[in-house]
Amino acid sequence: MIGVFRRRVRELPAAVEPGGLVAGADGVRVVRGRRAVLDGARIAVRAGEVLALVGPNGAGKSTLLSVLAGDLAPSAGTVRIGGRSAGAWSAPELALRRAVLPQTAELSFPFPVEEVVRMGRAPWAGTARAAEDEEAVAEAMAATEVTALAARPFAALSGGERARAALARVLAQRTGLLLLDEPTAALDLRHQELVLRVCRERAAAGDAVVVVLHDLGLAAAYADRVGVVHGGGVAADGPPDGVFGAELLGRVYRQPVEVFPHPRTGVPLVVPHRNPQIAKSPQNASFD
Amino acid sequence: MTALQEARPSGAVEPPARPAEPPAPRRGRTALLTGGLLAALLLLALLSAGVGAYGIPLGDVLASVLHRTGLGGHALDRTAESVLWNIRLPRVVLAVLVGASLGCAGALMQGVFGNPLAEPGVIGISSGAAVGAVGAIVLGAGFLGTWTVTVFAFAGGLLTVVVVYAMSRSGGRTEVVTLILTGIAVNAFAGALIGLFVFFADNAQISQITFWQLGSLAQATWPKVLAVLPCALLGLAVAPLYARRLDLLALGERPARHLGVEVERLRVALVLVVALLTAAAVAVSGIVTFVGLVVPHVLRMAHGPGHRFLIPGSALGGAAVLTAGDLAARTLAAPAELPLGVLTALIGSPFFFWLLRRTRRKQGGWA
Repeated sequence: MIGVFRRRVRELPAAVEPGGLVAGADGVRVVRGRRAVLDGARIAVRAGEVLALVGPNGAGKSTLLSVLAGDLAPSAGTVRIGGRSAGAWSAPELALRRAVLPQTAELSFPFPVEEVVRMGRAPWAGTARAAEDEEAVAEAMAATEVTALAARPFAALSGGERARAALARVLAQRTGLLLLDEPTAALDLRHQELVLRVCRERAAAGDAVVVVLHDLGLAAAYADRVGVVHGGGVAADGPPDGVFGAELLGRVYRQPVEVFPHPRTGVPLVVPHRNPQIAKSPQNASFD
Repeated sequence: MTALQEARPSGAVEPPARPAEPPAPRRGRTALLTGGLLAALLLLALLSAGVGAYGIPLGDVLASVLHRTGLGGHALDRTAESVLWNIRLPRVVLAVLVGASLGCAGALMQGVFGNPLAEPGVIGISSGAAVGAVGAIVLGAGFLGTWTVTVFAFAGGLLTVVVVYAMSRSGGRTEVVTLILTGIAVNAFAGALIGLFVFFADNAQISQITFWQLGSLAQATWPKVLAVLPCALLGLAVAPLYARRLDLLALGERPARHLGVEVERLRVALVLVVALLTAAAVAVSGIVTFVGLVVPHVLRMAHGPGHRFLIPGSALGGAAVLTAGDLAARTLAAPAELPLGVLTALIGSPFFFWLLRRTRRKQGGWA
């Protein structure tokens, strides 16, 4: 009963040098109902790196993200966050080490956008880094272009604006590990690019960023490493130009694709193989 | 996305990083609202102490209170002194305690359920507490002295909160429809239990129970005040500590956990606090509904949903509303006395109806 009202003393996270392991899952098995969503999944998340998780619907990308967030205890395998087993941290301790953007942003009461973003600072209350609060909130709102929406109620925003405000909250948390579940799903072209540029900036600043993406073009352009989630595990893991092969992607998505380098940047482009009689001819989309 | 373009017509031009301004006007409004509520409460309490079959002028009330607290003033004549200190003041204090408990419990419940329609009366927690209290009356339990009814009410309330919470949640959310329907079921069951107790009760007990169900403060005495004081004060003192975490809970359970809230622990603690506050209120005043619904709602409209103001504000507002309500109950049909619970329900039900309509419109209907 007394434990209900008690708060533990927290230890501030230590910085990790670029390339160092921030979080990792090994041999992870998660069962939902009777189906093993993940079975033997293995992924490493390193500081200073954007890791994109891609894969078909229902492959277990979000589940893997939940495992890495410490939300979901796997029935087998190990999950480590910040050098400790995920289950060994308390919720307040984990909140200093990783921030999570859920797929959908909900809010039960009509808080204005700025207060929602400020909620991201809650874990730091009472620590030395609480002094950064104002700056972190302002920076996160500017980075996601929601500064002008600061006073609007969150519920009155459009889907895309909500997604960006939710991302601002996650950025304001300023943790060394960012786990973003489809941050671009509701966004227009410009804001998709914006969000992934923000991911790159955070990685350049030394954080580890894991982002679930459906757009393979975005993954190829912005990720240092891509993990293809398929069949309960990570089917391929490496730099995009190594991983994105027509054979692998075709098999994983059960949809023949063509992969070719962008003529200017050389970044791999992934296009579904289309039948000219049904779709418009791909040759029409000429690049020169 | 259209709203975005409206907000920023320049389109491609990157806006300068403007630092977020601290919500200065809100702080002013907090002070204003808190001051206003406090002043209203004080004024209503003094008024309520003076008005009645035996009128005591405001100046005399003040003088007597000052005299007894040793701050000057003067004593009144024996009758006035007796009316003021044995009849009026216990009642005023009780109204303040009960109102504060109900308002605060309402704000907490709405936060825990993430649902603005949650209220101890609506979802059946008051009825649950009433079953405990009526049980204590009928069974003639007295092993805890004046505390017996309070303790039984607490047990009944606690059990009901747990049941309602467990039944109305699915997938980490509480849908409005599920919550209301659960409330109906719980109220029906509690009503049946109370009916059963009434069946076994003797005449004296029946009149005591009837009075209970209507809700009233007419039997206020200092021992009654003392019987609920610890419960109410403990609940009211602890509640504001959870304000910040309740704000985070508005994001949903998982995001709240991501921000360091130990959600399960928070919920258990808050359910205990709600049961404590509701029991305190129900044990002395019977079922007084809608105060916990209306007060937090009005304050949320005036000040926004932040719980750091909402929780203490709802306690203050609840106290003011109930003091006013009790004054009205005593004086509107004088020399007869209206039941307080009936009065709050008369005003509260239409508000609840309006709220339901509004929520429904916002959600696009309930299938």
